[in-house]
Amino acid sequence: MKELTLEARTENIAFVTAFIDAELEQLDCPMKQQMQIDVAADELFANIAHYAYTPETGNAVVQFDYDPLSAMVSITFIDHGIPFNPLDNAEPDVTLAAENRKIGGLGIFIVKKTMDDIHYWRVDGQNHLCVRKRIRN
Amino acid sequence: MNITKSLNGKKLEIALEGRLDTLTAPELEAELGKTMKDADSLVFDFTKLDYISSAGLRVLLAAHKTMMKKDGMKVTHVNDIVKEVFEVTGFSDILTIE
Repeated sequence: MKELTLEARTENIAFVTAFIDAELEQLDCPMKQQMQIDVAADELFANIAHYAYTPETGNAVVQFDYDPLSAMVSITFIDHGIPFNPLDNAEPDVTLAAENRKIGGLGIFIVKKTMDDIHYWRVDGQNHLCVRKRIRN
Repeated sequence: MNITKSLNGKKLEIALEGRLDTLTAPELEAELGKTMKDADSLVFDFTKLDYISSAGLRVLLAAHKTMMKKDGMKVTHVNDIVKEVFEVTGFSDILTIE
């Protein structure tokens, strides 16, 4: 397992995707899956940067793991901010016309649709959000 | 992300290169804020766009709403990853994608 700890600020998102990309490239991850995982990482890290510590700031931990048997990548985002389970949010109505669209919840919706599974748990005052994605059949 | 824009008369064309994500979406938003008022129509060229996240969708939706009142907005040359994000979010039904 590889781990990256950094301040949860949107400016740091590029470091998170660079960390994940480096791992995925070592695994010869297909480009499509890599981009989907990067999008998910962007959404989940942005959530922490925007909501976990506001108006203060704090750290986030990103853990990268790979199971060669199932070809599953799992990435866990950990923060010690306010309890926040993004999976509790109601799903956005993606059938509404443009002028009636609210954008909230869209990011986590994309993550749910493109990752194989997503889990939230809170332990020891920390939010853990884990996404898993099979990178090849 | 690189933003290349050209304004021909009232036709604005914007080509994006790289990643339209939480970090770069504000750059596009600022650019649109400056140039959209001079344009009647807007065409995005996504040939070199790797991916888009919800922050990018937010900016596209705002631009779409603005251009709906004029001659409209079009998104062209969308790759598979961007297309999938448009489809799962229902944006493919909102935006004009070519």
